[in-house]
Formats: sequence, structure tokens, C-alpha cells
Amino acid sequence: MTLDPKIPSGPLTEKWDRRKQEMKLVSPANKRKYRIIVVGTGLAGASAAATLGELGYNVDAFCFQDSPRRGHSIAAQGGINAAKNYPGDGDSVWRLFLDTIKGGDFRSREANVFRLAQVSANIIDQAVAQGVPFARDYAGYLDNRSFGGALVSRTFYARGQTGQQLLLGAYGALMRQVKLGSVRLHPRSEMLDLVVVNGHAKGITVRNLVTGEISSHAGDAVCLATGGYANVFYLSTNAIGSNVTATFRAYKRGALFANPCYTQIHPTCIPVTGDHQSKLTLMSESLRNDGRVWVPKNKDDKRQPGDIPEPDRDYFLERKYPAYGNLAPRDISSRAAKEVCDEGRGVGPGGRGVYLDFAGAIGRLGEQTIRERFGNLFEMYERITDENAYRQPMRIYPAPHYTMGGLWVDYDLQSTIPGLFVLGEANFSDHGANRLGASALMQGLADGYFIVPYTIADYLGRTTPGTANVDQQEFRASREEAAAATEKLLCINGKRTVNDFHRELGRLLWDNVGMTRSRESLTTALKRIPGIREEFRQNVAVPGSGGDLNQELEKAGRVADFLEFAELLTKDALAREESCGAHFRSEHETPDHEAKRDDENFSHVAAWEYKGDGKEPELHKEQLEFENVELAVRNYK
Amino acid sequence: MFLPASSVGRKLVMAATGQLMTVFIILHVAGNSTIFFGNLNAYAAGLHSLWVLLWAVRIVMLPAVILHIIYALQLTVENGKARPVDYMKKENRTSTFAGRNMIWTGAVIGTFLVYHLLQYTFQVTNPALSAYRNLDEAGRPDVFLMVARTLQQPLIAAVYLLGVTALLLHLSHGIQSSFQTWGLNGERSFPFIRKGGSAAATILWLAYAAIPVTIFTGLLLR
Amino acid sequence: MNLTLYVWRQKDAADTGQLVRYQAKNISPDMSFLEMLDGVNQELITTGGEPIAFDSDCREGICGACGQVVNGVPHGPRKLTTTCQLHMRNFRDGDTIYIEPFRSRAFPVIKDLVIDRGSLDRIIQAGGYISVHTGGAPDGNAILIPKQDAETAMDAAECIGCGACVAACPNGSAMLFTAAKVTHLAKLPQGRPEAGRRVCMMTEEMLKQGFGNCSNHYECEAACPKGIKARFIAKLNREFVTAQFT
Ligand SMILES: Cc1cc2nc3c(=O)[nH]c(=O)nc-3n(C[C@H](O)[C@H](O)[C@H](O)COP(=O)(O)OP(=O)(O)OC[C@H]3O[C@@H](n4cnc5c(N)ncnc54)[C@H](O)[C@@H]3O)c2cc1C
Ligand code: HEM
Ligand code: FES
Repeated sequence: MTLDPKIPSGPLTEKWDRRKQEMKLVSPANKRKYRIIVVGTGLAGASAAATLGELGYNVDAFCFQDSPRRGHSIAAQGGINAAKNYPGDGDSVWRLFLDTIKGGDFRSREANVFRLAQVSANIIDQAVAQGVPFARDYAGYLDNRSFGGALVSRTFYARGQTGQQLLLGAYGALMRQVKLGSVRLHPRSEMLDLVVVNGHAKGITVRNLVTGEISSHAGDAVCLATGGYANVFYLSTNAIGSNVTATFRAYKRGALFANPCYTQIHPTCIPVTGDHQSKLTLMSESLRNDGRVWVPKNKDDKRQPGDIPEPDRDYFLERKYPAYGNLAPRDISSRAAKEVCDEGRGVGPGGRGVYLDFAGAIGRLGEQTIRERFGNLFEMYERITDENAYRQPMRIYPAPHYTMGGLWVDYDLQSTIPGLFVLGEANFSDHGANRLGASALMQGLADGYFIVPYTIADYLGRTTPGTANVDQQEFRASREEAAAATEKLLCINGKRTVNDFHRELGRLLWDNVGMTRSRESLTTALKRIPGIREEFRQNVAVPGSGGDLNQELEKAGRVADFLEFAELLTKDALAREESCGAHFRSEHETPDHEAKRDDENFSHVAAWEYKGDGKEPELHKEQLEFENVELAVRNYK
Repeated sequence: MFLPASSVGRKLVMAATGQLMTVFIILHVAGNSTIFFGNLNAYAAGLHSLWVLLWAVRIVMLPAVILHIIYALQLTVENGKARPVDYMKKENRTSTFAGRNMIWTGAVIGTFLVYHLLQYTFQVTNPALSAYRNLDEAGRPDVFLMVARTLQQPLIAAVYLLGVTALLLHLSHGIQSSFQTWGLNGERSFPFIRKGGSAAATILWLAYAAIPVTIFTGLLLR
Repeated sequence: MNLTLYVWRQKDAADTGQLVRYQAKNISPDMSFLEMLDGVNQELITTGGEPIAFDSDCREGICGACGQVVNGVPHGPRKLTTTCQLHMRNFRDGDTIYIEPFRSRAFPVIKDLVIDRGSLDRIIQAGGYISVHTGGAPDGNAILIPKQDAETAMDAAECIGCGACVAACPNGSAMLFTAAKVTHLAKLPQGRPEAGRRVCMMTEEMLKQGFGNCSNHYECEAACPKGIKARFIAKLNREFVTAQFT
């Protein structure tokens, strides 16, 4: 198989326009003959479903939550980037493109990233028109802030709830289409399988989470917008329902999975308190604008933070990265925190934490200013930890947060299965080996509002509508398999709970395939994952029946997939013999412990093909061509 | 009109008629208080000479009362159906006894109203005391006599106290509520109106209750 | 700490359901309320029982999936806090806790503490959006919005759609939910053209879905984990009146 990214010819700045001009269109009268299945109603899915419905297609939209408004995108806090250059500080499409390519450590496709930067401005206009209440200044103009270490202010925000507001905008558009009858909603439905007929994606099989009924839905194309898989680590900042099931099962039906080892660890999360913990909470990155990160200089310093005098503190980010200091990129800050904790200098219970100290900022700006800036975050911190961050430093620690890897897609966001389009965090397309803050929302909405609605027409224009129906052999087989898998889980009647297995898997991955990886740790993980999986298959306890709401069964299905997927992730990490972005291999570091890329051998996308249960997946490589930027070493010193 | 077809529309009717009745009872108590200055009979006679006005008020008030009652019943029935299975344990934090029992205080007021009209407007409950039969020295119907003699009876005084107390409860929620229903409040006035509504209800109660209390205790003589 | 729980158990929509007693042992004050229930469930599973079904997703107070009536108060005793963000340090050793689902005719119980809130989606479908097509929107700064209006719109837009307002209301009314969306959009110039139609359609739908009417008890405001203000209901009412007379 050769991977053709189908990048349009011509200069970078004209590629997207060119592609749009070349594309086939579907006539308005014909659109209603096509049925499109959209799985996921986060930013990417909701925006796509709404726009496709608006264009006149029949859309079926699925999500596992009780309402499309609850997609995990709702949790995004910080903001969304766009190359509007409203503040006039030198931003441009070109600069956003460069920052994103550089941020991704030169492991993403130029053409995709450039298009993303191009349409970014339209997203803001669209959101404003929908009534998204972005922050404004006193003159009534949109306000911007600088985010995640960017040197320009290009981040638009709505208090600390940007994801919520953007999602509610998209959800509103979706609800409008539901009312108009172009979109049919299927909440509390979990996709269990992709149905491929004659090599084309023609539908999905889902389980109704309320009645337990397993049914299929046929269409002329399928869009997956099912989010990321950070929950493979068990503890992450993702919603607890986030899963890899939809994309992983599409992978098993022939879609390639690209760069699964690119997982982003966010530096500012509230540390783990105990085994009971079910998820980790992100503290917005913007806190690093005013807070200073430190740990005691000495290992056995058990004094209260306030009692530790300046000379006994180590402001390690400022020390190591004087130019960026506390604003160093996510991967770099996370690793630095892990390092000092590994040295035994971590703080708080368990020693996995570093201080994020606002004393200086409070002294300089006054408590009131800090309260205005971060009041809600300090409150959230207090609610969770019972500590007052105005009086004592916050404790933070890195946590799995975002996954750059995902199903492989070409320029049109089409996977290797024709008719299967993948959007948002579920695809691998734009962030390379590391994503910049405030760029995921941008990508999800770009995919859903402005890209897929065009590119899908090109596919549909070549497809006869309505050829698939759920009585076909492929659909029947898919339902039977899904039902059998469910039945199997229910019949094990083991002793250990699903959470128990998930926790074990998560810990294994976090320790061995987390922030830093080595051949040794990866091999250890590869050895142990099959064991956990085997035990799961024999000893998991899934109570209840398949005929009604059964949350343990839902979890079991997801964890079963994580247990297989974890191996793929680890294999990918092992195969990538270099350090790049969030993927850090301790064998590949510069003398001062920074990531060392190997552009000669690894300037490619690693896309994995499923070869059958128990068989080795096959690695395919898409070479990345850089025609417009020069590959450079990321330097944040 | 499309108003009563919707939830908010019905509430607007409730609030408008409620406010209308509130204005009426304020004027009413102002008129009644002439009893403390010895010129109730003059006031009553004056009122009847302005019969056009009197009838105008009656023509407005009657449908207001009827609408208020009809929608009260409809809203209460709808609200009752909205939670078919009740909580085993429920804590109320801002709602008041008065607010939750509007229909019952309303029912008491309604019943009282009928009795009150039969007694002093149609004057059929105590025919011997009817003001039309007994004229005062100035030859006017002796309203005072009628009021004083009836309210001296413990049962009747108690009924009046009950009626005005129900009114107190009803209005302690109703007044502020009607402002909110019509949106006649803002961020700053909102807490003020909430307190002001109960205060106004209490003042009205004092004014109304004073009549049976002073008569029954013998404080008020002709 | 150790706690006694009375949890509403109901097999499905047709079942009548009842409170069942459980012991929650060795609860750490750092646990969230849902993590406490997770613990109870783990034990139930390993001892052959059926775990308690309850909804949650983000577990950081923003998605609106969680929601239980804890000791008679939606989302429990701590103000401005969702159930998932309620921590066990708000309780004391030996406490008895009653846990029930959000109750409303428009929120049928699916199982245990899980309810169907599709009715809230249908209120939004009736008009809780601005009818704009994708693409062709004018520049974001083409229409200036006074900061004050943008802030008020945002205050209202913070609603997470959890349904606590309905659960708290003695009338099971969804007025606060509806008012939040009406206010959010009515405060913005982009939302004005449809403002009148929107408020009529949404309030009509609210009734159709089986919610009660608003009696201005303000229990909703007290229960709202996001601090949505009851004065937005006054705003809705004003919008409704304006719509009738224009
Ligand atoms: C705490 C937090 C803060 C963040 N802050 C920011 C930020 O400030 N800026 C930024 O740009 N990015 C941020 N991100 C990242 C960003 O929020 C996500 O990457 C992005 O929202 C993903 O959107 P999505 O539409 O691809 O997927 P999601 O929003 O994850 O949606 C997935 C959808 O798929 C459905 N689904 C999943 N699996 C199935 C299945 N098997 N069957 C049926 N349906 C399924 C779900 O129901 C859901 O509707 C943040 C992320 C987190 C966790
Ligand atoms: C005659 C019998 C009456 C009945 C049965 C009755 C019943 C009710 C009920 C049930 C409500 C609450 C409606 C709701 O919010 O759901 C109400 C509200 C109200 N009532 Fe009455 N009532 C009566 C008489 C009166 C009188 C005499 C007055 C005034 C003097 C009055 C003033 C009000 C006001 C101001 C409200 C508030 C309206 C609002 O909530 O916006 N009512 N009534
Ligand atoms: S689980 Fe999302 S708000 Fe509680």
C-alpha cells in the first residue's frame, strides 16, 4: 500500500483554493439523496453534522452522552487560535502556520497546516455570528491573549470556558438542523463497528446504551469525530467516557492508524491524591503567565513552602530555559517537572508534584488582580485540594491530555477506506508530534465547518446514493460480531473489575510509555500488556445484562480496546528511534537532555495497518516533504 | 390573544390581575380606614353617589378575579403534574411557605371574598344589621353599625382575621413575584423588590387587621 | 470516614424504584462524591451486586452530565458546585446521605440515578440558536458589542444544561434553563432579529415537554452550580412581553 496524501499541486498559499476548484460538487437537488453518518458531536462532529445538514444532506449524528452538548470539547478552557492579527502584533496566516509546524517539531504536513491557518480566521467570524460571547474590550472589539508561549496574541477566549462556548455554538447550529429535519440525533449510542461494503465505508453498528439494542445504520459516507485516546493512560484530563473504540474498530476494518505514540502530557494538572482518583483536572496553562514553577533544592527538604528561603529553591524552568522560563512549551515543561521529581525533589503527598507559586505576582500586582485573572481557577483548585493558592503555592504535575496521533487521513481528511472521513482529535492531521495550546479547537472546527463539507462532496459526487442497506451481508455480520463480543464480556464472570484492569494498564503505560520512553521501558510494556489483556479476557467482572443500561459493560468494551491499542501505541513508540515533540526517547537526547530529532530517518508519518488478531501490524510510511520551511532544532533556551 | 396560550402568558395574566387586585385592596383599605376617623358612613355614601366609578371598578374587578382564579387553577394543576414522583427528601432553600401555598391562601381569600361580599355588599348574612335598614343620624345607611356589630362577634372577627392573614401570606410572595413576572426589576432593584413586597404585604395586613381587632377588643367606638 | 447511604435504585423506566441502604467505608476526604460512589460500585461488583448507575463524563463541572439530589439538594450541599466537584470533606464521619435522581416529568428515570434529559435539547431545538449558515459570516469585529452586554451574555451562556434548576424547582419548571439561553442570545446584536420568535417558541416548547410553570420561588438560582441568575427569568419575561406587543 502506498499512502497518497493527495496534496494539491501549486504554491502552498493556493493549494486549498485549487483543491476546492477541482472538486466535484453535488447538485442541490441530489444532496438529499445522500445519507451521511457522523459519529461524535464534539466540536468537530457537531460542526460537521450541522453544516452537512444545512447543505441539504441527510445526516445521522451519534454520540454516547445523553446530549450532543456534552462532547468532551466542552471542557476546553484556554482559547482558540486564529490568525486575525487584530492586535496588530505581527501575526499572519504564515506565522501561525510556521508556529504550528515548529510546535509540532516538523512532523506534520505543510499543506494541511497551512490550510488550517488559512481558515482559522473564518472560524472566529462564524462563532461570533452564532453568538459565541468571546471576551471583548471596552470599545466592543474582540480581545486576544497570548497563550502557550506564543509570541503573538492570537488566542480568542470566552472566560475560562472557550470550548464550552464554541461547542454550544456548534450544538445550536446542530439543534437547528434537527428541528429542520435534516439531522437525526442518536444520543446514548456507542459505535461498535464500521461497516465496509466493497471497500467503501457504508455504515456503522451501534449499541443503544439505554435498551442495549445493537443496530446498524447505513449511509453513503461516514465521518468519525470521536476524539482522542488519552484515556489509555487511565488517568488523564479527558472526560472519563473518552475512548479509542470508534477509531480502533475502524482501524480493524482497514483504516490505518497514524503516529499513535504522539501523546501530549500537559504540565499543569492537579496531582494525584490516591487510588480512588478517577480523572485528573487541568489547571489552565495561562497560570504559567504569572506563576513561577519551583521545587526545593534539596531532596529532603520537608519544610512548608513558605518556610523555604529563596536560596533553597530551584526555579528549574527559569534556570534551564532562560528565554521562555515558565512559559516553555508543554512537552519541555512536563519533562522538566518529571525530572526533578525523579530526583526525589517533588512536593506534596507521594512526591509527584512541583510548586506553581503566585506569591511574587501577588506581591507585584496585588491579590485583586490575580483574583480577577484566575479567580475561577483558584476556586476550582481549592474545591479539589482544599488549599488556598493565594496563601500557599499550588501543586501541579503533568498529566496525559491530548493525542496527536489518530487515523491516517489524506488532504481531504479521507482515511485509507474510501468514504470514511476522520475529523478533529480523532485524526492525526495537523499537529505533528506536539500540539500548541489553543490549536485543537481551531482544528476541530476547521475540519467540521470548512473542510469536510467541501471534500466529502468530491467523494459523494462519484458515488451512487443509497446503495447500502442494513440487510446486506456485511451489516448483518457486523451486528452479529458486535453482539457476540458483548455477550463474551458478560459471560466471563471474573473477579476483577474493569476499573482495576484499566488502572493497571494506565500505570504501566504511564511508567513506561509516558513522558520519557526508552527501548527498555517500551519492551517491558510490550511484554506486560498481553498478560494484562489475557487476564482481562479471563477474569474481568462485568455484571448485569446486555439488554439495558449497563455502564460496566460500556467501560469493559472500551477498556478491551485500550488493552489492544496500548500495544500499537507502544510499538509505534519503539519503532520511532528518535525524540520529537512529545515523543521523548531517552536514547535520543542532546547532551543537555533535549529532544534529538532524526530527520534523515524519521521525517515520516508512521501509519499502521491491522493484519488480523494476534498478527503484527504493518508499518507504512508517508514521507513528509518540507518545501516551505526549513527544518530546524526547536530551541526554547 | 395569544398570551394565555403560553406558560409565560398565563403568568402575565396572573400577575396583572393580581396587581390590579392589589391596587384595589390598597384603595379599599384607604377608604376603610375612615372608620378610625368616624366618617365611614360619609365615605360609603360618597362612594355610592359616585356610582359610575363604583360600577366601573366592579366591572374591571370581576373579570380580573375570575381570570386570576382560572389561571391559578390551571397553573397549579400543571405544576402539580410536573413531578409525578416526589422526592423522599427535599430541602427548600429560597422558596417560602407562602410561595408554595399560593393556591391555598388564594382559596381562603376566595372563600372569604364571597362571604365578605355577601355580608357587606349584598348584606344577606345578617339582614337585621343591613345598612339599608338602619340609617344614621344624618339619614345615611349606617355602615358603621353593620360593621361594628358583626365584628364584635368572635366567630366573624376570627373569619376576618383569617382572611386578611391569608392575604398577607398571598401577597408576601405575590407582590415581588408579579414584578419578576412582568420583568419590572433590574439587577439592583431585584433584592429590594423582594423585601419590599413582603413589607408592603405586612403593612396592608396591619391596616386591615386593625379593623376587626380594634372593634372586637372594644378599642374602637363610634 | 464511614457513611450510610440511601440510594434510589430503579431497574428501568417501568420499575417503581426504592431507596436502598449501603455502607460506604473508608472514605477519604479527598475523594469526589462520584469517586465515593465509584468505590461503592467496585465493592458491589466484586460481591456480586449490581453497581449503581449514574451519569458523569468530564468530572470537572462543565459537561453537565452528572447530577444527583444529595440530601434533598440538587448537586449537594456545596454552593456553585456540581456533584462531580463535590468533595467528601464536605461530609462528616457517620453522616447519612440520601441520593435521588433529578425528578421531573420531563426527566424520566432510565435507571437508578440516570435520567433522560432530551427534553432540554428539544427546548433548544425550538429556537435556542442564531440561524446562521456556515460560511459568509461577516468579520468578527464588524458589529461591535459593548463589553457589558458581552459579559452579561456570557454570564447567561455559562449554563451547563445539567437540569439542577428543574430538579430544585417545586414546580419542576425549566424557566432558568430557558431564560439563560434567551438572555444569552438576546443580549447580543446577532441574536436580536430572532429574539421575539425565540422566546415564544422556547417557552411554548418548555410546556409541551411537561415542565411546570415558574412561580418565582428562585430555588433554581440557589441550586445552579454555575450561578445563573433568576433575573435572567425577568429578562425572558420582558423579552416575551416585547414580543407580544411588537
Ligand atoms: C481539559 C482540557 C482542556 C483543553 N483546552 C483546550 C484549549 O484551551 N484549546 C484547545 O484548542 N484545545 C483544548 N483542549 C483540547 C480540545 O478540547 C480537544 O482536542 C477537542 O475538543 C477535541 O474535539 P473533537 O470534536 O475532536 O472530539 P471530542 O470533543 O472529544 O468529541 C468526541 C465525540 O465523539 C463521541 N464519541 C466518542 N466515542 C464514541 C463512540 N465509540 N461511539 C459514539 N460516539 C463516540 C462523543 O460522544 C463525543 O461527542 C483541551 C482538552 C482538555 C481535555
Ligand atoms: C380569589 C382567590 C385567589 C386565588 C385562588 C389566587 C391564587 C393565586 C395563585 C395560585 C397564585 C400563584 C400563581 C403562580 O405563580 O403559579 C397567585 C398569584 C398572585 N396573586 Fe392570587 N389568588 C387569589 C386572590 C388574589 C387577590 C385577592 C390578590 C390581590 C389582592 C392576589 C394577588 C396575587 C398576586 C400579586 C400574585 C402574583 C402573580 C405572579 O406570580 O406573578 N390574588 N394567586
Ligand atoms: S461530570 Fe461533567 S459536570 Fe459533572
